[in-house]
Amino acid sequence: MSPSSTDDLAIEARGLVKHFTSGKSVTKAVDGIDLTVPEGTVLGVLGPNGAGKTTAVRMLATLLRPDAGTATVLGHDVVRDADKVRSVVGLTGQYASVDEDLTGTENLVMLARLYGFLGGSARARSTELLDAFGLGDAGDRQVKTYSGGMRRRIDLAASLVMSPRVLFLDEPTTGLDPRSRNQVWDIIRVLVADGATVLLTTQYLEEADQLADKIAVIDHGRVIAEGTATELKRSVGQGAVHLRLADSAQRARAAELVATVLGAEVSLANDPYAFSARVPDDGGPAVARLLPALDDEGIAVPEFSLGQPSLDEVFLALTGQPLDEDPGASDDETIEEVA
Amino acid sequence: MATEQTTAAELRAPEASALREAVALEHRPGRPSPVSATLTYTWRALLKIKHVPEQLFDVTVSPIIFTLMFTYLFGGALAGDVTTYLQFLLPGILVQAVLFTTIYTGYTMNNDITKGVFDRFRSLPVWRPAPIVGALLGDTVRYTIASIVTLTLGLVLGFRPSGGVVGVVLGVLMLLVFAFALSWVFTILGLLMRSPNAVMGTSMMVLMPLTFASNIFVDPSTMPAVLQGFVDVNPVSHLVTAVRGLMAGEPDLTAVTWVLVASVVLTAALAPITMRLYRNRS
Repeated sequence: MSPSSTDDLAIEARGLVKHFTSGKSVTKAVDGIDLTVPEGTVLGVLGPNGAGKTTAVRMLATLLRPDAGTATVLGHDVVRDADKVRSVVGLTGQYASVDEDLTGTENLVMLARLYGFLGGSARARSTELLDAFGLGDAGDRQVKTYSGGMRRRIDLAASLVMSPRVLFLDEPTTGLDPRSRNQVWDIIRVLVADGATVLLTTQYLEEADQLADKIAVIDHGRVIAEGTATELKRSVGQGAVHLRLADSAQRARAAELVATVLGAEVSLANDPYAFSARVPDDGGPAVARLLPALDDEGIAVPEFSLGQPSLDEVFLALTGQPLDEDPGASDDETIEEVA
Repeated sequence: MATEQTTAAELRAPEASALREAVALEHRPGRPSPVSATLTYTWRALLKIKHVPEQLFDVTVSPIIFTLMFTYLFGGALAGDVTTYLQFLLPGILVQAVLFTTIYTGYTMNNDITKGVFDRFRSLPVWRPAPIVGALLGDTVRYTIASIVTLTLGLVLGFRPSGGVVGVVLGVLMLLVFAFALSWVFTILGLLMRSPNAVMGTSMMVLMPLTFASNIFVDPSTMPAVLQGFVDVNPVSHLVTAVRGLMAGEPDLTAVTWVLVASVVLTAALAPITMRLYRNRS
């Protein structure tokens, strides 16, 4: 974040603002966002529907002119040098899509030509990408016949025709089944391993946790927290210990012991063998003493785990509201922001 | 979870290496010329005709219905006999057929916007007007098809233009030039309106009065003075007069000049507005 590291930043946004006026009401879609993404890293932009994620990405990808603030991608200003930005970024989102009426091959050949591949080399590039994305057999089919997972892969392939150094992925897995989602994640991991810089928006906590080096939490057009998944989780406390005993008759005694050692309240699970306790802020060393203490009392603990708080809890702690995880609702954001 | 991932990654190892190779692009081509980019978009428009031939249905069927309907329902009453009326009507109905086809320009553009295809185009480093100019050029293929269908039907029914092949071809070219210029009206509507159907509805509202309150179907001299006044300034009337003259082998140079000037003015005024809307569309 220090200004001296500007050289290595792939994406830098300062005070980005975008307000939409419809009639007399003004929607502050993006209300002063700062973002920095060092080259070769993944920034996860996490937020609920309507938080401003899509609008922010559209500004960074030169599709939308900011009302205020500045942003650069690989040193190119997104307003003044928009064309240079366009030649180094790839974009995949619900709004940047391929043509459903055309076949997979036709879509990729068209994009390859638009990026300057001539004649046969455009076709070769298309074949190479289709094969790499496991769509080799589907190249001659219209995209409208593709399944959701194939559709997302052709969208990704379309944004990689030029092997962009910076990739914007706007909710790349929203609405996908778990198998297709894992495929998309694998693709993203390969791209990142190859040195691409990725800005990924998501409303899935697990996705940000799985893929992102850093996470920026957005709500109401502002960044309300930024850090690694671990840092964000730590900011709301140390998490909790979960225990499962061999003998349910020992639970009351074990719970009492844990409460004493940790100095924290214990909550008993419905399962008569299990209970958990929140770890207080300075409770680290006490956690280490739990197992020997239980062992001294002759209580067998076949299952013991220390879990960090979920990002759900992080969001709740930051905003006072739980994250809305309904994937079907994500369309609302697009309509609200794009229309 | 961790083990699952490893297995998945191992299973797809060949694919992952193909992906790595595909991404490691050795040779980056330079950006395409404006002409090449525009023609690529034209190619796309033609591919869409190939994949969605239904879109030609309106282009072909409605001129047929209109020609048959007006020729046989009103021909005898208006001009004494059907064949005489057809000589008058056909160039006019041709103009109407092509002008109605221009609506699709706005319709398809709006469809591209709502489906997200346009944003993909906007994110590419190419000459900015290329997607629009390319689409308009592709649309002229549709206009040509509408012209050929209408003319063929006319010839079958007994249309015998004295201007010959040259006169007919010149008439059609004149029409295509004006249709291209008029399309910019619909690109603007396509960029402004919220849904493809809204574009369709609004465009019909614009074109209906323009085509009916003109000299397409009847000689305006029998109309009330007020209406005559409108017909005289209606650009469609001038276009019809120009096309009729060329096809009859008696070109009306005033009308021809008027149409050419109007085409240039329309394009010069509306193309920049379209581009502005295209650039700033949120």
